[in-house]
Amino acid sequence: MIINHPLLGPRDAAEFVYLGDASLMNRPEWKGEEASDEQTEKTLDAYHDYLYIRENKAGEHKELWYHEQGDRSWLIVTRNTITHGISKVELARDIAVANQAKGESKK
Amino acid sequence: MSQVNRLNSGNVHTAINREKTVSFKFNGQTFQGYEGDTLASALLANGQVLVGRSFKYHRPRGIFTAGSEEPNALVHLRAGAHQEPNARATVAELFNGLVATSQNHRGPLKYDLMAINDLMSPFLSAGFYYKTFMWPKVFWEKLYEPVIRHAAGLGEISKLDDPDIYDKGFLHCDILIIGAGPTGIAAALAAGQAGSRVILADEDFQMGGRLNSETYEVAGVSGSQWASDAIATLEAMDNVRLLKRTTIVGTYDHGIYSAVERKTDHLLQSDGKPRQVLWKIYSKHAILSAGAIERPITFPNNDRPGVMMAGAVRSYVNRWDVTPGQAVSVFTNNDDGWRTATDLAEKGIKIAAVVDTRSIEPLAKFPGAHIEMGTQVVDTTGRHGLKTIILSNGKIIDTDCLAVSGGWNPNVHLSCHHRGIPTWNTDLHAFVPGNDLPAEMYVAGAANGDLSLATAMQSGHAIANKLAKALGHKGRVKACAKAEDESTANSDFWFVKTDTKARSWVDFQNDVTSKDIVLAQQEGFNSVEHVKRYTTLGMATDQGKTSNLPAMAVMADNAGKTIPELGTTIFRPPYTPVSISTWAGRSRGKEFRPTRLTPSHQYAEKQGAEFVEVGAWMRAQWTPKPGETHWRQTVDREVTQTRNSVGMCDVSTLGKIDIQGKDAGEFLNRIYCNTFSTLKVGMVRYGLMLREDGIAMDDGTTARLTETQYVMTTTTANAVNVFRHMEFCRQCLWPDLDVHLISATEQFAQYSVAGPNARKLLQKVVDKEHDISNEGFPFMACGEISVCGGTPARLFRISFSGELAYEIAVPTRYGVAMMEALMEAGKEFDSVVYGTEALGVMRIEKGHAAGNELNGQTTAHNLGMGRMVSKKKDSIGNMLSERPEMVQDDANRLVGFTPVDKSKSLNAGMHFVTIGNEPNTENDEGWMTSVAFSPSLGHSVGIGYIKRGHERMGEKVTAFNALQNNTIEVEIVSAHFIDPKGERLRV
Amino acid sequence: MRYSALRVIKEALTGHKGWEPVWRSPEPKKHYDVIIVGGGGHGLATAHYLANQYGINNVAVLEKGWIGGGNVGRNTTIIRSNYLLPENEPFYEYSMKLWEGLEQDTNYNSMVSQRGILNLYHSDGQRDAFVRRGNGMLMAGSDAEILDQDGVRELYPFLDFENARFPIKGGLLHKRGGTVRHDAVAWGYARGADSKGVDIIQNCEVTGFDIKDGVCTGVKTTKGDIGANKIAVCVAGSSSRVMAQAGMNLPIESQVLQAFVTEGLKPVLPGVVTFGAGHFYVSQSDKGGLVFGGDLDGYNSYAQRGNLPVVEDVCEGGIAIMPAIGRVKLLRSWGGIMDMSMDGSPFIDRTHIKGLYFNGGWCYGGFKATPASGMCYAHLLATDTPHEFAKGFKLDRFRRGGMIDEKGVGAQPNLH
Repeated sequence: MIINHPLLGPRDAAEFVYLGDASLMNRPEWKGEEASDEQTEKTLDAYHDYLYIRENKAGEHKELWYHEQGDRSWLIVTRNTITHGISKVELARDIAVANQAKGESKK
Repeated sequence: MSQVNRLNSGNVHTAINREKTVSFKFNGQTFQGYEGDTLASALLANGQVLVGRSFKYHRPRGIFTAGSEEPNALVHLRAGAHQEPNARATVAELFNGLVATSQNHRGPLKYDLMAINDLMSPFLSAGFYYKTFMWPKVFWEKLYEPVIRHAAGLGEISKLDDPDIYDKGFLHCDILIIGAGPTGIAAALAAGQAGSRVILADEDFQMGGRLNSETYEVAGVSGSQWASDAIATLEAMDNVRLLKRTTIVGTYDHGIYSAVERKTDHLLQSDGKPRQVLWKIYSKHAILSAGAIERPITFPNNDRPGVMMAGAVRSYVNRWDVTPGQAVSVFTNNDDGWRTATDLAEKGIKIAAVVDTRSIEPLAKFPGAHIEMGTQVVDTTGRHGLKTIILSNGKIIDTDCLAVSGGWNPNVHLSCHHRGIPTWNTDLHAFVPGNDLPAEMYVAGAANGDLSLATAMQSGHAIANKLAKALGHKGRVKACAKAEDESTANSDFWFVKTDTKARSWVDFQNDVTSKDIVLAQQEGFNSVEHVKRYTTLGMATDQGKTSNLPAMAVMADNAGKTIPELGTTIFRPPYTPVSISTWAGRSRGKEFRPTRLTPSHQYAEKQGAEFVEVGAWMRAQWTPKPGETHWRQTVDREVTQTRNSVGMCDVSTLGKIDIQGKDAGEFLNRIYCNTFSTLKVGMVRYGLMLREDGIAMDDGTTARLTETQYVMTTTTANAVNVFRHMEFCRQCLWPDLDVHLISATEQFAQYSVAGPNARKLLQKVVDKEHDISNEGFPFMACGEISVCGGTPARLFRISFSGELAYEIAVPTRYGVAMMEALMEAGKEFDSVVYGTEALGVMRIEKGHAAGNELNGQTTAHNLGMGRMVSKKKDSIGNMLSERPEMVQDDANRLVGFTPVDKSKSLNAGMHFVTIGNEPNTENDEGWMTSVAFSPSLGHSVGIGYIKRGHERMGEKVTAFNALQNNTIEVEIVSAHFIDPKGERLRV
Repeated sequence: MRYSALRVIKEALTGHKGWEPVWRSPEPKKHYDVIIVGGGGHGLATAHYLANQYGINNVAVLEKGWIGGGNVGRNTTIIRSNYLLPENEPFYEYSMKLWEGLEQDTNYNSMVSQRGILNLYHSDGQRDAFVRRGNGMLMAGSDAEILDQDGVRELYPFLDFENARFPIKGGLLHKRGGTVRHDAVAWGYARGADSKGVDIIQNCEVTGFDIKDGVCTGVKTTKGDIGANKIAVCVAGSSSRVMAQAGMNLPIESQVLQAFVTEGLKPVLPGVVTFGAGHFYVSQSDKGGLVFGGDLDGYNSYAQRGNLPVVEDVCEGGIAIMPAIGRVKLLRSWGGIMDMSMDGSPFIDRTHIKGLYFNGGWCYGGFKATPASGMCYAHLLATDTPHEFAKGFKLDRFRRGGMIDEKGVGAQPNLH
């Protein structure tokens, strides 16, 4: 496969290391120092779903790739898991910043 | 013997060079051929009709095709370590000195003892083995299976290392054209003239495809002449690369193709050049112009040597000037079959008969030949070669070669590697590429069902022209050369039905007959895939290139369905078989993986160190002194000298990560389970890093050099993973933190200096202005210093051995000098260089966890470090390490063990069982992770995990080790065997 | 129809006219006691044991394509009980014992061949881990021997002992491990189940579940709605897609594993060999081809086809230990979709939906588990309690913190 790196252009997928579903960016909030048992259980549920449960889509899949033999960027690649066609490649950090901004504005 | 079947026709098409006679050996006998021959054409020229034996029934077999689809003519090519099993004689280029032997027979080829299987054939029908060999139970493995294994298989290997070298390379192009027949050449001319970067690849050693085998005219000259002129034109274009002897074997994602170029297979010796090259071709577009493969008609005893594909007979006659027989017959269901008779007759070869299944007017007449329309071949005779054919009208005709044509199948293989399904073409009675082609692949010519020469060339030209234009290449493209538009009329006659017991082969190599197909269906194996798997149809080295469709015709007829209703099996790469060495390339032997050497590797080498592989690194394991005969002597000495005085160890392989930014402390708080933001500048702290699932990921020390700069060390094994993980956290989880990371592993050479005299030694090399006294530079201090008169260095007062110890880091280029300076300074202290083994002994004596303990299955709780996981802050793994089954009271705990009988040895991998309990899974209480002989204590010591270990000090348990026959009793003790209070570190 | 020596001879002499279909092709009934979704090895084994061990034969196996077309039809045929962890090893040892009696049980020769498996080690750390593993195997009633370099050399003299980047230091030998003719396993179980009245229905795709108030009462299929008291999903490779129809997301990712076969050779390799410093394992089939494999392609995929770098990586591993197979030609490569679970271990469990059961997450290790998986799943379906050897294989183990992580690589499926 060829991943079209947003900064470096087309690079062979062999230069990258795959991690998995881009939902791994959405790490749940910590329960806090003074959490009740109930809060702890709820947070554990959230962490369980975050780390272990996958939609595992057959079709368009947003996923994390790390350019280990390159510029060390983490990328979010939108790739079809049936055809392997790649429709979008983004810098994960850009998305993380945008997500954080969204999160902040909600508060 | 002379070349009895070589023609002297003054053939203008031939590609052999009669000036250059080539001598070769087959089964020990010497023969002559010409340059330009294949092994097959040369064998046929010499009248060698019988070339091998079939897989199961050991039937005599001859050459069947003239290409890579060959099912029969498989030989051992070359001898000794160079022997290649299952080489297809039809594509093996002849060279002077070639040696080949036939395969799969016991005794001489002609009198194969295993031919008895043919007589046993009623018992060896499809799937016979599933129903038998079960009684009595043990006989399968002891008797039946060994017999079957020895009878099965085809070629043999030498069991010697492959002596050749292999290379890999990358190529890039706008348009990859697969197959340099008329279509591919027309496409390459168009794309090349337009200005596209073109790669034209063909598996043959002579480009031109069928043009070399036919007598067609193109642009007023013979087809083969036109092809060689066109190839010369293409060769002169800078933007076109021609790859002959190159098979495109696989279609991968995003326009990537794998190709194998045979560089020296056609030479007697490779002379240090690679035998083959694996090319990875990156294309914007690909044009598949791989032509078509002729298919046989199935009839009784159709497998005798001398029965051949009609197109192949034409190839031998036209291209190689060889006639496969002296009286040739043709059996056809289509117009193209007649062409074989015409071409042969023109060269003066006697045509015995033309048998056409169609009741139409004969297309030609040949003197003395039977022309039998609406007729079928219903049987054949001839033990080691064809003698007669028997026709449905009762006629028996003497003939030594039968050219069979059942029509042509577009070569769709590469178009289906992405699991695209070919579609059925009712005019051709064949599958053609479907609509779901691999992205950016286009199919042209016969491969796409355009079987006539003119339409094929035009389609190649048109597609290439269009693609080049779309790429913006505007060079002037000349019109496509004019060619004949011959008749391709055909019919769907597939197989001869008879009620005799005679067998009709569909898969020649795997010995699958039409009866086997019917039997499979009778037993409920109705899917094409079931039939394939039950009968082994299409699973031979040719992957069914000539057998799949004929078999499906039998299947369809028997099931009352049409062929497209049955579907097809799946085409899988590679297109033709590829040597395992070719895929491996240069990555073999010592070069299997890269080797990393530490900065002072040469120094250690000079001292006579023994090295050990640690991941990609080579590390000094120990350095024997003269007179030491066992590694233990050496290691004991290295430990003792270090503990008594001072020792140095190369620890440069540890991962070093430089962490900078005003949020570096906060970042580390979240990466490590314990706190780092409170660490004072100039101090070092031990850190435990968890994965998000709460399992220990890595440990090490991190030093705070300034307010905003930390230096982390990781274990050697985890350096890469930890860095990747931290980049993930930095970029994906906490982009708001002001922190930057860089790996500095290779920028520093780092040495541990350990032992009671460590400070004294260091004081001799550290520049005087730096105070490294116990007060000025206490335990866990760190700082940037200089050594040897101004060389910058970093000093960390940390200890893995449990001794007064430091780690000193200098820029990589000073590694050897630093080591030499340390050794020079250490002379007066009787200092020693210790290796990884002594390092391991000392850390076990001290009870420190390492790789065997941090194996990805252990929690901080298991390690006895549960309280290190700060609950006052968020950190990776903090939450999930709270899950109930990860903090159980009876969890495994890391403790020490000593043998009750101190003369006994411990082994890593022993399992603990309460004394008196059965050693079974249920009673398993843990295992020993690491052991060492402690020279300091004079007996074996170990650390390991056992349930509630910390509460069981002094308890004796069984250490089960039946595997090494060393089950003994051990006592649970503190893991701190040496200096449990840690006093030595702090002096 | 029972296969016997006499029968084989009789049929051979009378033109094989009397052989009957190995299984029937019935139309589905309206309702069954148990519907098994998926006619792969595990589904068919479950049906076989339900009917033959637990006396439940009002059972249908629904298969969307042809039976045995999933991973039982595309694996590298290895069976072994050489696992490390106490949650796994007894289960696989149980499986091994069932393999050892399979032919007599199903009256079908699946060619169970205990040729031995040799796991090579290349470092002291690996040796230590193998000693731990080997002793655990012995404690679970399996067999294990630890070999030094000479011991390995005796069995496989043509391995690269002289010039290797990672020299072979020894190996863990598991003599009862070996290979089985994989397709025949599916056919044998189909035959065993069919003979007790189980309906095997091919070309019948499940397109939905009938779930009401948390109870599953049947399935929608391309051959109409079919009701059942219990619905047992067993579709490794497609687990996420099928269970999504029941509204469930799973701790599973789908990834491609490639497998390879060479042209046929006269006998070279007596048993199975695995490389310890790279990804490569190999055996030789009865037909003569070297059957081998290696690492996953390494990313989510449903494409059932492999990539090029892994072909190279696997062959590099092969040449690294066996430079003598260099001139042997790779004939065919193929890819299968693995249910890669989050800890590398499987699931045999009830779901939170009553009447709906799940078997999956077998990673690349499902084939060797086929008999035990079938038996344990049948046990669960028949008794609603987990089988003693499959107690660990629960869906909630991640929430509890009871991961079964053989490799110790954590919640990253492509590393298992």
